[in-house]
Amino acid sequence: MTAIPNSYRTGPDEKGLFGIYGGRFVAETLMPLILQLEQAYKDAKADPSFQAELDDFLEHYVGRPSPLYFAERLTEHLGGAKIYMKRDELNHTGAHKINNVMGQILLARRMGKKRIIAETGAGQHGVATATACARFGLECIIYMGEVDIARQAPNVFRMKLLGATVVPAKSGSRTLKDALNEALRDWVANVEDTFYCIGTVAGPHPYPEMVRDFQSVIGKETKAQMMKREGRLPDSLIAAIGGGSNAMGLFHPFLDDASVEIIGVEAAGHGLKKKHAASITGGKPGILHGNRTYLLMDDDGQITEGHSISAGLDYPGIGPEHAWLHDMKRVQYVSATDKEALEAFQLCCKLEGIIPALEPSHALAHVMKIAPKLPKEHLMVMNMCGRGDKDIFTVAEILGVKL
Amino acid sequence: MSTRIDRRFAALKEEGRAALVTFVSAGDPDYDTSLKIILGLPKAGSDMIELGMPFTDPMADGPVIQAGGLRALDGGQTMKKTLKLLKAFRAGDDVTPIVLMGYYNPIYVYGVEKFLVDAKKAGADGLIIVDLPPEEDEELCIPAMKAGINFIRLATPTTDDVRAPKVFRNTSGFVYYVSVLGITGTKAPDLKSVKQNVNRLRKHTSLPICVGFGVKSAEQARVIAKDADGVVVGSALVSAVEKSLNKQGKATAKTPKAVHDMVREIAKGVRL
Repeated sequence: MTAIPNSYRTGPDEKGLFGIYGGRFVAETLMPLILQLEQAYKDAKADPSFQAELDDFLEHYVGRPSPLYFAERLTEHLGGAKIYMKRDELNHTGAHKINNVMGQILLARRMGKKRIIAETGAGQHGVATATACARFGLECIIYMGEVDIARQAPNVFRMKLLGATVVPAKSGSRTLKDALNEALRDWVANVEDTFYCIGTVAGPHPYPEMVRDFQSVIGKETKAQMMKREGRLPDSLIAAIGGGSNAMGLFHPFLDDASVEIIGVEAAGHGLKKKHAASITGGKPGILHGNRTYLLMDDDGQITEGHSISAGLDYPGIGPEHAWLHDMKRVQYVSATDKEALEAFQLCCKLEGIIPALEPSHALAHVMKIAPKLPKEHLMVMNMCGRGDKDIFTVAEILGVKL
Repeated sequence: MSTRIDRRFAALKEEGRAALVTFVSAGDPDYDTSLKIILGLPKAGSDMIELGMPFTDPMADGPVIQAGGLRALDGGQTMKKTLKLLKAFRAGDDVTPIVLMGYYNPIYVYGVEKFLVDAKKAGADGLIIVDLPPEEDEELCIPAMKAGINFIRLATPTTDDVRAPKVFRNTSGFVYYVSVLGITGTKAPDLKSVKQNVNRLRKHTSLPICVGFGVKSAEQARVIAKDADGVVVGSALVSAVEKSLNKQGKATAKTPKAVHDMVREIAKGVRL
């Protein structure tokens, strides 16, 4: 890597690599498109009018900047570190996903693409993509695993209301990874007019870099807001990780600030020795969906199904930059179980009046573990990357409540 | 270094006809039936065999080949067993070229160097790895060439004249022209554009060009064989396996014959 010494923020290299991770492991049919996309993104980045247009939509349509909120009651309850929440659940469509989608859809428009495809797990990225497509009058096709369609019915209906076509992925395990396979298959068959809007910091280069850049607005705002409120950088950052886009968005602007401890929380499902979705903690390096990264698989290199209470974390891989940051030991990757996330979910509802999504509930679960042991002057930021309205059915079922 | 692939194409050139290349998934629907299927392929008219290495997430394959791979995995197929199957085939046939086809992850996890040694020892002649474009040549393509195994590249309708030299630079054995934009077994090839594209690609390579994706009949094979050096049939054969299974999805006595009959029929297209 052509790195400035001591910088963690210069990747990927020209081959799309972060150390050994990332790359462009795609079928030949897609290769010319990916090269074209890389060029288009480079041109857009160099064009101030692109960023200006994006900023305008982020402010007036998405509702940015999102607040940095001092969670006073949670802080008192845990009795240690001072806890701030980055409120990306207040964005239009209720999660951080829209930050990236606005960027990619504006890029698709620049490229003259009229047909947008996307994959979705919990449905948040699907809803965000359907929303932006409706706003710009673009055709929108969302691939979603058959199993996820059944467990996320409200989001499926939302996408349909927004004019998107939701196509069930019926192959394999019929969850997020299979939705990604189907989206890639669609793209191979419709290369001329189609733009693939990937929802996380994974996939072939330039997606991990591009999605990270669009999500970095989270970390940039956090830095400025914290300086304004506390006059200094936070001491720690905590975010949940499925593919890892909300986490990368928060982390990236802080990677070279050595004093900031950075922690990513994977989904440990039923526990790390049982079914889980913790790719770094419980997986090993391999190649899937266009990149090399940590994956859940068996000894024969066959991909195994992840499990998490949160459909948004239920993916057997993780973004390649996270894989590299793990190997470099810059970011610490830990995990939280379904049960721990559910406890954090309930606590947050009662203490802060915020119903969090099950994804950030994993980050909150880790906050609950470490905050009590830290001094009161320790400034901690957790990324409240999504709201929990979509999850109330899942939670009700587990708590034995009939709606 | 001449491989079985080179020798087979040279012999077919003498004969003045195109090759019939047949694809089946290793271990579909089980190891023993799969061995019977591939052992009978040359006699049924197959000049070269592509043996699919099953993978859970085959992103370039249509529903038929996906299902074949998953049947094999459900039947306990692994990379080790695929190499064992190849070795068992080689015990009775030392001339028919075998190309291992699949995705990179199972090879990466097996270990690239160990895989190349074991595949060569088992009797593999070539590799087609769908998710390794020339941009990733250092991963497997160059080590395979050094190990004396052909690395066969896919060219597609998006492989234009600017990109073609890059695609063919480290290709050996033959070139596999994917005749449609899309996944395996879903669209019929547009025969007119096949001719144009094959002739276009010949300007960039002297290697034999085989054409596949969507070929299902002797008639399609006959038309393609006029311009190409080989015709690849895959989904049609995997579909024949599927249709021959019993209600529990297990092989029947008819399974190998169903595949061989179809090969015999399509082989007429290259042997007029």
